[in-house]
Amino acid sequence: MDWGALHTILGGVNKHSTSIGKIWLTVLFIFRIMILVVAAERVWGDEQDDFVCNTLQPGCRNVCYDHFFPISHIRLWALQLIFVSTPALLVAMHVAYRRHEKKRQFRKGDQKCEFKDIEEIRKERFRIEGSLWWTYTSSIFFRLIFEAVFMYAFYFMYDGFRMPRLMKCNAWPCPNTVDCFVSRPTEKTVFTIFMIAVSSICILLNVAELCYLLTKFFLRRSKKAGNSKQHPNHENKEETKQNEMNELISDSCQNTVIGFTS
Amino acid sequence: MSWTFLCDLLSGVNKYSTGIGRIWVAVVFMFRLLVYVAAAENIWKHEHDEFECNIKQPGCENVCFDHFFPVSHIRLWALQLIIASTPSLLVVFYVAYRENREKHHNQKLYKTPGKTDGGLLCTYLISLILKIGLEIFFLVLFYKLYNGFKIPRLVKCDIKPCPNTVDCYISKPTEKMIFLYFLVATSCLCIILNLSELSYLIFKYSIKCYLKRHVKKQQ
Repeated sequence: MDWGALHTILGGVNKHSTSIGKIWLTVLFIFRIMILVVAAERVWGDEQDDFVCNTLQPGCRNVCYDHFFPISHIRLWALQLIFVSTPALLVAMHVAYRRHEKKRQFRKGDQKCEFKDIEEIRKERFRIEGSLWWTYTSSIFFRLIFEAVFMYAFYFMYDGFRMPRLMKCNAWPCPNTVDCFVSRPTEKTVFTIFMIAVSSICILLNVAELCYLLTKFFLRRSKKAGNSKQHPNHENKEETKQNEMNELISDSCQNTVIGFTS
Repeated sequence: MSWTFLCDLLSGVNKYSTGIGRIWVAVVFMFRLLVYVAAAENIWKHEHDEFECNIKQPGCENVCFDHFFPVSHIRLWALQLIIASTPSLLVVFYVAYRENREKHHNQKLYKTPGKTDGGLLCTYLISLILKIGLEIFFLVLFYKLYNGFKIPRLVKCDIKPCPNTVDCYISKPTEKMIFLYFLVATSCLCIILNLSELSYLIFKYSIKCYLKRHVKKQQ
């Protein structure tokens, strides 16, 4: 189990997402998870070994490191990414439940069921409406909350997003105030700012997706109220075409991402 | 052999699980396995090298580390993940046994080998009870071995060959404590999920039994 497995799990949700949702997923995997695994982990790899304090007192370095870094940046980002990805599982479970119900209907030989075989049910792409709309919207809402909470926690714990070169420490057993030097502060600051910037972009994408879904919902409601008498079986062919195009784009994106992460 | 093996096993069990069982699998994958592999493992990676004692006496650090960490937190965490997930295999084995029996007798003995009824239900309930028991066992073990779920910054050690009482400093105690609490929270969540699944199944099948008897009586 690693980030690749998370990609497989979330890739399944991709099919039922909006276009903005697909962009969000791509940003998440390329600019956050990949950067974390390929670059950031190396930068923070030697953080305690190269954290040097100007004292020979044994234990002073350990204590000062623990005082200034209660939880490492890299672990906080990993937790943030896991928590932010989890709401998408709600959608995946809902879709799986719907598929299960349709398979049950099909097996019972229900005449309402319009599918010819189980494979069609498996491949079906559900539209985001009805109860799935609520699940999807709540998942975006939770994502936003988790992103905001983690960004705030980061800002609160580290007094901003800059990594200082020198920290002054006087925790016991350090004999007096001792100078401690952080390894690679500039590189860490650059990566911190990068990750914060990408988090902000993800927040914006989620807000845009939320607005898009709400707008679509209200438009559909007003359309239904107006069109229910005139067009009983109105099929939105343009939307189906757009969805097919989005699927092609997302599939090609997925193939590129799989190539990077493998 | 790695965590992917456990992942594949648990995904296989998913087929015969209830809805709550599937949520349990998702929690185990996302909040326990993934956090373990992506974050927690690295915190405890150099715990012995970074364990420092205020003494130059050779051997003192080794002995003190061994005294305070008989089994490392991270290893106990991995054992807990593996052992607490394996009762789910009982279900897989039972379904395989049913299918084998059908093949052996060359006739359809069960409606579907994977349908939850009678024997499979008992196996499923036993696997749930075992999972709950094992999770609680590991939590109690953690608590007893480490005197609670705290990790102190400083421990005092006076075992031979340390000449006197020596101050030893643990590396990254706060970060380790945060992840330890996270482990305890997810274990408790899994226990609650398993308990709810157990009560749901017992309730569902007792209602079914009662209704069947009621219908029979009426007939």
